[in-house]
Amino acid sequence: MAYKRKDLLGMKDLSKEEILYLLDTAQQFTEINERDVKKVPTLKGKTVINLFFEPSTRTRTSFEIAGKRLSADTINFTSSSSSTTKGETLIDTVKNMESMHSDIFVVRHAYSGSVKFIAEHTDAKVINAGDGLNEHPTQALLDMLTIRQSKGRLEGLEVAIIGDITHSRVARSDVWAMTKLGVNVRLFGPTTMIPKHSEVFGCRVCKSMHEAVEGADVIIMLRIQRERQGKLLIPSTKEYAKYFGLTKDKLTLAKPDALVMHPGPINRGVELMSNVADGDQSGVLRQVSNGVAVRMAALYILGIGNNKGGMDENAS
Amino acid sequence: MKTLLKNCKIVNHDKITEGNILIDGEIIASVTASADEKADKVIDCKGKYAVPGLIDLHVHFRDPGLEYKEDITSGAKAAVAGGVTAACPMANTKPVNDNRIITEYMIKKAKEDGLIDIFPIGAMTKGMEGEELTEMGDMVEGGAIGFSDDGKPVCSAEVFRRAAEYAAQFGSFVISHAEDKSLAGAGVIHEGEVSAITGLRGIPSESEEVMVARDILMSKLTGAHVHICHISSKGTLELIKWGKSMGYNVTCEVTPHHFTLTDKELLGYDTNCKMNPPLRAQEDVDAMIEGLRNGDIDCIVTDHAPHSRDEKAQEFDLAPFGMTGIQTMLPLSLALVEKGVIDMPAFVRLTSYTPAKLIKKNDRGEIAVGKLADIAIVDPDLEYVFDMELNRSKSVNTPYIGKTLKGAALYTIKSGRVVFEFPTK
Repeated sequence: MAYKRKDLLGMKDLSKEEILYLLDTAQQFTEINERDVKKVPTLKGKTVINLFFEPSTRTRTSFEIAGKRLSADTINFTSSSSSTTKGETLIDTVKNMESMHSDIFVVRHAYSGSVKFIAEHTDAKVINAGDGLNEHPTQALLDMLTIRQSKGRLEGLEVAIIGDITHSRVARSDVWAMTKLGVNVRLFGPTTMIPKHSEVFGCRVCKSMHEAVEGADVIIMLRIQRERQGKLLIPSTKEYAKYFGLTKDKLTLAKPDALVMHPGPINRGVELMSNVADGDQSGVLRQVSNGVAVRMAALYILGIGNNKGGMDENAS
Repeated sequence: MKTLLKNCKIVNHDKITEGNILIDGEIIASVTASADEKADKVIDCKGKYAVPGLIDLHVHFRDPGLEYKEDITSGAKAAVAGGVTAACPMANTKPVNDNRIITEYMIKKAKEDGLIDIFPIGAMTKGMEGEELTEMGDMVEGGAIGFSDDGKPVCSAEVFRRAAEYAAQFGSFVISHAEDKSLAGAGVIHEGEVSAITGLRGIPSESEEVMVARDILMSKLTGAHVHICHISSKGTLELIKWGKSMGYNVTCEVTPHHFTLTDKELLGYDTNCKMNPPLRAQEDVDAMIEGLRNGDIDCIVTDHAPHSRDEKAQEFDLAPFGMTGIQTMLPLSLALVEKGVIDMPAFVRLTSYTPAKLIKKNDRGEIAVGKLADIAIVDPDLEYVFDMELNRSKSVNTPYIGKTLKGAALYTIKSGRVVFEFPTK
């Protein structure tokens, strides 16, 4: 098996081979999702707990479906952004869940690094379902799976990621993974949303929407978190849509068969115009379907594999 | 009681001499080349350095109020284990040290323990709320040596101005934790490559620099002495150099971690390395080292900031800022001597001579006849693992625990009494 780690915490520390193994496994699971009876006994008797310390419907549902299709017992634990609402520490919460003999934790948390922190304090396998601004590895995998299905390859493709790069764990995971697989990633967004030290990503940072879109094979539009970014980073969604949103016109600058993606949920008319989101070139719903396959692959690899005590995430 | 320290390499701010130190009671009675003095106790220091006891201008001893992290006794024990014989605790105790009663309590408790002297830093404003000045005159009379709202920097330039003016009238000075909180925002580490990589929110260097600039200008306006504490960025040092070149009464300090560690320590999300100001980039660390080499930085302090294990074992964003450091100042500073950045007299200038001058304690900071016998006997070559047995603080929030360090105080002598001996295993 090409993946021997205890956990799946992020794309940054994974090798190209490990990422490809996850993608190939996910590809195999897409077939199960197309069957009439979408269930296999692979993880029967295993307990998967979705530990969500930050609200999420889509990712949680996707993981829940993935677990159920593998016949795992999937339980949802939802808490507000910090477990300390009742005074209990995060580690105590996790230790309690572990004591119920859980096998895998799928964790989402509002703070960067907190899923790694949890993984270091539990023997259970841990999958990062998004931690703060840091990583969202299964999103990167589903993005790459969608791109590979559409383009037949990853290497050499021109992928534009547009929007709030600074505050996006999706962008980070995409960048770490795609650059390892030979994708040429370019970034664009309002200056207020591009990290000051973006050179660490090893990507081209574009100066205009035109430059970002021109000749692209894939355009990933990020969600603008209106509730989080407040009024400081952009003056209005109207202005954002004008300068940073993807319209049908701007899309014509990309390759004719360019694929448009978005991690969802879409702010229609802000980052994506409806005629693009629903157009022929949109891969948005395929991303959602692939999300289940990717999460099945992650649960399968960690749940079935004897990867305890092997190379862990710190072994870099 | 007379104690003779034989065959020392005696280091002062201006020179190193070979000789013997005779201590009579609390005072250095003679410093001579010959060893025939009579004494009740003789310590042979052959080949070792005798340096004036270190004076740490910036510590948090959490007493009163947060004694589970540290108290004056445990803080003092950690201090002497690091060769420190005097320390200045910041005012952010609970309640805040904004009145003479708390100032006197701290001093008295340390005196009773007899390990170190404490010279408290009083709050600049009542409750550290940035609005009304504290009774600085009364607190100076009670033993406070300077005034600062530390981690809660005074936002209002007007309040800062008046505090600086008023403190100066009582022969005291103000200490600025320079940080524009609005610019630092929800940041938890330095804004740089590592914050971009980790997704941890950044604190730009400029959040320090804009306040340093303001506070230097407040010194210009008032003529008062403004001391900028724990500087961390290259830009800050440039501003201080400018202020000094203009003749303004500004000084500054740096911590060992800011001249030793970079923000790369945070790639693994180690909360022990979460501090404010944050660990910065290599070019900033290089600037700190250069500032120590050429004398632009006035002194080394620890910002010893103990926190309990539980407080640090949390999500990174929720863990408090700060690390302990009073026991590691000596080895980390001696590392600069070993690298040739500074020499031993400069080490003494940075860790005791200048600090004594800044707080106007003329009875210490030198090994000379008539001065207080506050002395550390230092072996710069001693290598040891800094472990839980050596750690004397109540807290262990330091990245150096379990690490091999070089250089230690073999003996720490406070007012003529041996208060610490390096444990022989």
